[in-house]
Amino acid sequence: MSATQAPVFSGPGPDRVYQEYLGKGELRIQRCGDCGKQVFYPRLACTGCGGIKLEWVQPSGRGTVHAVSIVNRQTEKGGPYNVVLVDLAEGARMMGRVDGVDNADVKIGMAVKAKIDSSGKAPFVVFEPA
Amino acid sequence: MSNSIRGAAAIVGASLAGLGEAPGRTSEDIAIEASYKALAEAGLTTQDVDAVFGSLPGDCSPLSGLLMAEIMGIQPKFTDNNRTGGSTFLSYTLMAAMALKEGLCDTALIFYGSNQRSNTGKLVSSVRPFPYEAPYNPIFPATSYALAASRHMHLYGTTREQMASVAVAARQWANMNPEAFMRGPLSVADVLNSRMVSSPLTVRDCCLVTDGGAALVMVSAKRAKDFPKQPVYLLGGAAATTHMNIMAMADLTKTAAKDSGQRAFQMAGMKPSDVDVVELYDAFTINTILFLEDLGFCKKGEGGSFVASGAIAPGGSLPVNTNGGGLSCVHPGMYGMFTLVEGVRQLRGEGGERQVKNAEVALCHGNGGVLSSQITNILGTEATL
Repeated sequence: MSATQAPVFSGPGPDRVYQEYLGKGELRIQRCGDCGKQVFYPRLACTGCGGIKLEWVQPSGRGTVHAVSIVNRQTEKGGPYNVVLVDLAEGARMMGRVDGVDNADVKIGMAVKAKIDSSGKAPFVVFEPA
Repeated sequence: MSNSIRGAAAIVGASLAGLGEAPGRTSEDIAIEASYKALAEAGLTTQDVDAVFGSLPGDCSPLSGLLMAEIMGIQPKFTDNNRTGGSTFLSYTLMAAMALKEGLCDTALIFYGSNQRSNTGKLVSSVRPFPYEAPYNPIFPATSYALAASRHMHLYGTTREQMASVAVAARQWANMNPEAFMRGPLSVADVLNSRMVSSPLTVRDCCLVTDGGAALVMVSAKRAKDFPKQPVYLLGGAAATTHMNIMAMADLTKTAAKDSGQRAFQMAGMKPSDVDVVELYDAFTINTILFLEDLGFCKKGEGGSFVASGAIAPGGSLPVNTNGGGLSCVHPGMYGMFTLVEGVRQLRGEGGERQVKNAEVALCHGNGGVLSSQITNILGTEATL
């Protein structure tokens, strides 16, 4: 099969598929069928080897805080909140927020686990202390 | 091949316009004023220009390369409106040098203008929130740089005080530059005690929001000495890109400046110790630390202690951002252009009170996106050819 006829170039694209999984309460990321790299955010092609055999897999959801910043939002607008980068145990990195803990206690190296926040218009992944 | 455009083209006109606040004027007005002043320096007019390179902020004027040429009555043979963020001007010089060397054009005008302060009072960017980052509401771009800073602090013990010393050094230079927007005393304590934006960065760790524009005129080296001002030659240049969004930056403490710097030095046949003055894009105080490390002026992880030693301040061993930088002089949204204008002024000896003695080689470095695009230019006087 030539590259131009590959399944990834037809049907719903990776953003849509990811959102559909989240809507069902599942966090899925992609794993390259050629080199094994775990890829996030969703893409058509592997960022490691360029292959187009990305498969949807269910990560453990466990991860480690890689970097953190507290955005100093004004109190009347809801107050400060944290923004983190999390390295999932399987290797991919996501942006996120750590809930259920004081902002000051969100530290680099902290163990966290993913959960899906469905409170808004579209579901998205947040983290809580593991 | 790596030195194929070394010394092939020179800057013969360089000018600023609308620095600080330019109420009632459009971004185009500011860019055109800068262009006319740069052309006047070179004894040229718009009728001599046959290649146009430039950007206006936030894609407020899409196809601004076409628009600017139309407004000035120029019908260019070569137009470039490439956008890599605030670094983009340092790729225009590379493209212009290639086109001039190959005879595709004779006189290149590089422009920039922005009225973001007077128009909106905040940073105007063409970047839209990325769907996989937007739910977490990072402030663009400050939180991305803050995340990188948190990582540098964690790995290397870099402190907020050390980062603050970058802002203090920039202010000390600005205090010798009558055109700088923010002047007056600034201490490390002032920086630390100013309003926190996105930790660990306070508002004084962040660049200014100003109006401003700049323009450059470039010609082939063959005729560079036919103009009134001392020509400044492009000795080396290279670009490198690692990512667009901060979540996709593989190593938050190592930027593509390592790659762009190495290749620019290779083209110039130079090393960091050959550089007399450094002009780099200090959008945030962590930038200066990261770029000085990645460009080879100090070791990785030692940028914090290097800047805190006073090395980059007036009287230090390595003059950095002699105009006051984006932190204290001017930041209309895409600062890269101003690294080039200040580099040219230093090499011409026009720095006044802030002039670096016997400056022959300037390294100018642009950053685009969120540490995403890194572009290095090495400029030199005729003596360095």
